[in-house]
Parts: sequence; C-alpha cells; structure tokens
Amino acid sequence: MKESKTFLGVPLARPRVAFFELSSCEGCQLQLLNNEATLLDFLSLMEIVRFREGMKEASDDYEIAFVEGSVTRKDEEERLKGIRKQAKVVVALGSCACFGGVNQLKNRFHDLAWVKKEVYGSSPIDTQEVKPLSAIIQVDLEIYGCPIKKEEVERIVTLLVLGEEIHHPQYPVCMECKARENICLFDLGEPCLGPVTRGGCDAWCPSNRMGCWGCRGPAPEANLDQLQIIMAERGISREQMLDRLECFGGFAGYLASQDGMNGKEGTKEE
Amino acid sequence: MKLSCDIDIRHLTRVEGHGNIRIAIENGQVREASWEVVETPRFFEAILVGKKYENAPYLCGRICGICSIAHTLTAIRAVENGFGITPSLQTQRLRLLLKHMETLQSHILHIYFLAAPDYLGVGSILPLTVSHPKVVQQALRLKLLANDLCDEVGGRRLHPTRTVVGGFTMLPDRYRLGLFLQRLETAMADLDASVELFASFSIPDFQRETEFVSLQGEDEYPFIGGNLVSTDGVLKREEEYAGMTNEYMADWSTSKLSRLSRKSLSVGALARINNNFSGLLPEVRAIADGLGLVPVNHNPFMNVVAQLVECVQVVRASMQLINELLAAPWQECRQPVEPREGVGVGAVEAPRGILYHCFHFDAAGRIVKADCVIPTSQNHANIRFDIEALAHFCAAQGRSDKEIELLAEMLVRAYDPCISCSVH
Repeated sequence: MKESKTFLGVPLARPRVAFFELSSCEGCQLQLLNNEATLLDFLSLMEIVRFREGMKEASDDYEIAFVEGSVTRKDEEERLKGIRKQAKVVVALGSCACFGGVNQLKNRFHDLAWVKKEVYGSSPIDTQEVKPLSAIIQVDLEIYGCPIKKEEVERIVTLLVLGEEIHHPQYPVCMECKARENICLFDLGEPCLGPVTRGGCDAWCPSNRMGCWGCRGPAPEANLDQLQIIMAERGISREQMLDRLECFGGFAGYLASQDGMNGKEGTKEE
Repeated sequence: MKLSCDIDIRHLTRVEGHGNIRIAIENGQVREASWEVVETPRFFEAILVGKKYENAPYLCGRICGICSIAHTLTAIRAVENGFGITPSLQTQRLRLLLKHMETLQSHILHIYFLAAPDYLGVGSILPLTVSHPKVVQQALRLKLLANDLCDEVGGRRLHPTRTVVGGFTMLPDRYRLGLFLQRLETAMADLDASVELFASFSIPDFQRETEFVSLQGEDEYPFIGGNLVSTDGVLKREEEYAGMTNEYMADWSTSKLSRLSRKSLSVGALARINNNFSGLLPEVRAIADGLGLVPVNHNPFMNVVAQLVECVQVVRASMQLINELLAAPWQECRQPVEPREGVGVGAVEAPRGILYHCFHFDAAGRIVKADCVIPTSQNHANIRFDIEALAHFCAAQGRSDKEIELLAEMLVRAYDPCISCSVH
C-alpha cells in the first residue's frame, strides 16, 4: 500500500525509539502514557529502547530520539549533541523543547546573578540562559504544546513510522474554537491568543473557558499587530497580553521586534 | 562473609527526574552510601516575581508534570489566603474531587508502572503486558478513570484549564458527573485485586526511625489546607510552614533540603497515614491493617502500600463528594477576586507529600516574592540517610551486590520521588 518504506533513512519496521528529558516537568512524557485505551497499540508502533522514567533497560542504539525540555546547563548541551550524533531523527517534544517553554521566563530578567540569588541565596548553583533544542542542534520535527496533545502525538508518530510527510496545521486555534461552537472568550472579557496561535490542539483551553496562552507558538500568518488592537478594544490590559505572549517563548521573535515589549519594565525589584 | 560491592547508578530509572545512587562496601565495611540530586533548576520562584496573581496557578502547575493539579490548587489556595477569599462549598468540593483523582492517577502510575516491576522481577511494565495482562489492564482502567474524571472537573488531566483563583472557569456536566459514580463503584473491584496483588509481594523488612510530617485532619483524612503536624509532636499553623520545613542547601543536591526535630523528615502517603490513621474510612483502615500497615510504621518501603490504601480512600471519598455535589443545584462557578497587599500561604497534600506555596503580594496583586517547598525536596535528606542505613543493613547481612543494587533502587522508588519538581 505504501510505496515509501523509509523515513530519512529509517526503515519502516518498528523503529528503535529513545526518550530523553532536559530541564522540564516531564509532563510531556507522562502524556505519552495517557490515552490508556490506545496505549498498548501506540507502544506497539515502536521498539522503545530507552525511556528512563518508565523502564530500567537502556540502550544507546536508537534511530528516533524524542527530547523533552529546554537546555539550561552545559552538561545538557553535551547530552543533546550526543543524542544528535546517534539519532537519525530528533523530535523536540513539547513547548520547552521547541521554544524554551515557561523555563525561558527567567531570561526576561537579563540578569542570571539576580535569578540565582533570588532562589538559592549565596549557595553556588549552575545555570545559563534557557534555550530551545534548535539553538544547539538541528531538530527534524517539532511537536508543540504545553502539554503535548496525545492524539496529535499518535498521529505524528504513526506518520513518522510510515515514512509519510508530516504537516502541522496552518490555521490558528481560533478556527478550531469556532468549529467547536464555543462562546468567544473575548465576549466574556477574557484575554485569548487563539487568533494568533498555531492550531492542532482542538482549542483545548478555550473549550474549557480559559483563554489561549499561546503554548504552541505563532500560526504561520499570525497578525499580532491586529491582536493588539483587538485586546485594546476589549479593554484587556497590555500586561495581561504580554503575560501570555511571553509565557512559552513561541512569540519571542515578535516580542524582540517590538520596542519595549521584550521583557517588561519594572518586573524586577532590585 | 565479608562483602565488597561498588554500586554507581547514574540517573536512576523509573523515577521522575535525575538522581544518582552510590554505595561502596569493602570487606563488609560501608565506605560510601549516598543519594545525589543532579537535576537542573528551573528557577520558578524567580520566574514568578513581577507576575500578577492570576499567573501563579498557571505557572506553578507547570512545576510538575505528574502533580500539576496539586501545584495549581496550592498556588490558588496561597493567593486566596493572601487576599482573604474563602472558596464556596461547591468550589471546595470540586477541588477536593479533582485532588482525589490526581492522587489516584499518580499513585496508580507509581504503584504499577514504577514500583511493581521490581516485585514481579522485570525492568518495566512492558513485559507485564504479556506475562500479567490482567494486572496491566486493571492498572490502565484505574488510571483512565482518574484521568477522565480530572478532565471532567479540571478541564485537563495535566496542567488543568478550568482551575482559577476564585473557583472554576466552568463546571462539570452533571449527567456525565453522575456516570462517574458507576465507574468509581466498578473501580473497587480493580482496587480489591490490587490489594490482593500487593498482599502477595514480599515487602523488604527494613526500618529506620524518622519524623513524619503532614497536614493534620480534624474529622477527615486531610488533603487541602489546615494545621501541620509531625509524629514527633510538632504542631503548627499553615502560615507557619517555614518553621516546619527549615530549608537548607548541601553540596550533594541541587534541590533544597528540609529537617525538623531530627536530621531528616519524611512526607507522603506513609506520613499521612502515620499521622491520620483514624481519619481513614473504617473499611479502608481494615485494608491497611490487612496489609500490615499500622501507625507509626517506619519502613519506607511501605509507602507503596500506603499509596494503595489511599487509592481506596479517595475512590470511596469521591463517590461521596459526587453525591453531595449532585444533591444541590449548581451555584456560580467563580467568585470575584480583589487583590490586596500581604502574604498568602497554601498547604496541600500532593501525592508525594505536603506541598507549600507562599507568595508576597503588592497592592495590585503582583508577586514580589515567591517560595515553593516541594514534597520530594523534604524527602531527599531522609532518602540519603535511608540509603546509608540500608547499606549497613545489607553489609551486616552479607547480601550480594545485585541484591543491594535492587534494594537501593526499590528504596528510592518507594518514595515515588518527583525530582524535577523538587528542584523546580
């Protein structure tokens, strides 16, 4: 049925898969164990050779590496480069791996010494500016979300195993929200990044009446200038909008291009 | 027999996060025995500075992928205590129901996916799908139930979407909530089978006396808020949490550590049961009794048994909560929130033990200082002293190095450590 039996040189038959985590909550790996009804079918797609959180056995002979988390220390950079050397396909799993995630919020202070002192006082502790995987190595595929959506992972992994091309939705979360016939959160006075955030989550948060926080990063043709106008018209404060735009790092490029939006003034006390 | 062994486990498997075990014994003498925490810190307490209060539950939930609901609810409680908000009875019940289902989900994950493989002689749950399919199916059914009910109440099982300061963004569907009563009743059969399974395991007979810290229940088994208590007789109010945790740093850990009346303390399911045995439902106490769990129990391996006992407790309690919720019409889902300057503390029993968040607010409700004390960070020193005691115990018994390695791994796993959470 399928002509293509390989993907980036990986044979179709049950690829050897490894899971890794850098700085993260490990929630995305936990999501992989959710959807209990289809879990055993999902796991049978691959030969899992390393999944530290779930199994004792560990092999360094793998073809596909899923990496959760962002890079915040030198040893993580080295681990990641080692993974890149071994794996034919490196998949960034979740918003921390794709954009830095909530971890990158510490970058907004532009003052690592203060950040360290605030949490650890005078005790020495090692950390650096938070970076996504793509700042260190070449990433072949990104799976967005905080957390990742298991249904989306199932679809992507199936395509990966079949050697099919993978396309992310081009439309924003707003489209999916409309399709679910939800009340628009702007009408309820809630801030929402649905109009500018990449779809694919089936409007997970807005369907629960929580405005989108942009965890999946910008949709390809996101009109952020228009978003600012909508927010202002609805009386939503600039601070609330910025809280969301800066939360996961996906909009960092846009924020950097806007004067005075890259890190808020007056957030740091000292 | 004079034993020698050299165990060096880097990044212990089947636990959340990154920790190392080192045990060196030479001719029956313990040279080294340690537990090291090497997780990278994420600096959540700094990240929160300057953020408005409504960010706190959303961001704090992301400290942990397993107990995100506990973190979210603790942050909400800290904010509400700071602003002088008392949640409605409906909100309290819904939060407790959500909390119960997280406890069930997290405990089942630990009991079956992380701990049970050691007792069944395999490296992960995967071989059990072939050798013990019924065991795996009962685990998946219980986990699915817990996750589905978390979705119904909290909007999402991981990093919940409906939980906000003041209440919920929306309420569960009453019809679907009612259907869960049947599923919870059916789950009792899977829990009975789980109890039977655990009764067949030989839990290592190892003891080290320590101090157990938890919330203190008044009439009920406690999960959200209240006084803080220890088995050494310390009793404090929620806002006095810092006197209960006494955080300090050591060179072997990137996580902060805690102590109280002794050199270390222990939190978690075993601590809760040791402090609140009488708060368990009578039929649950009988199950604990049958599994050899009677307070004060000083065997850390028994924490897994304590978790199983709590699973029965929360399933029973959840049925009661759903009945209470369905007996009254829905009230407003969300109360108004007025920020005010001051300090707010929240203490909640996360699956792995008591969790504290403390925020200092300015008049606009912006966080000027944040402190989060994590259950596993409170347990790390206890784990380290346990490993030391276990090494001496094994050396005296002349155990083989394979046995010692497995026992040491099982000991750390018994705490169900959430290491990335502890470093946060």
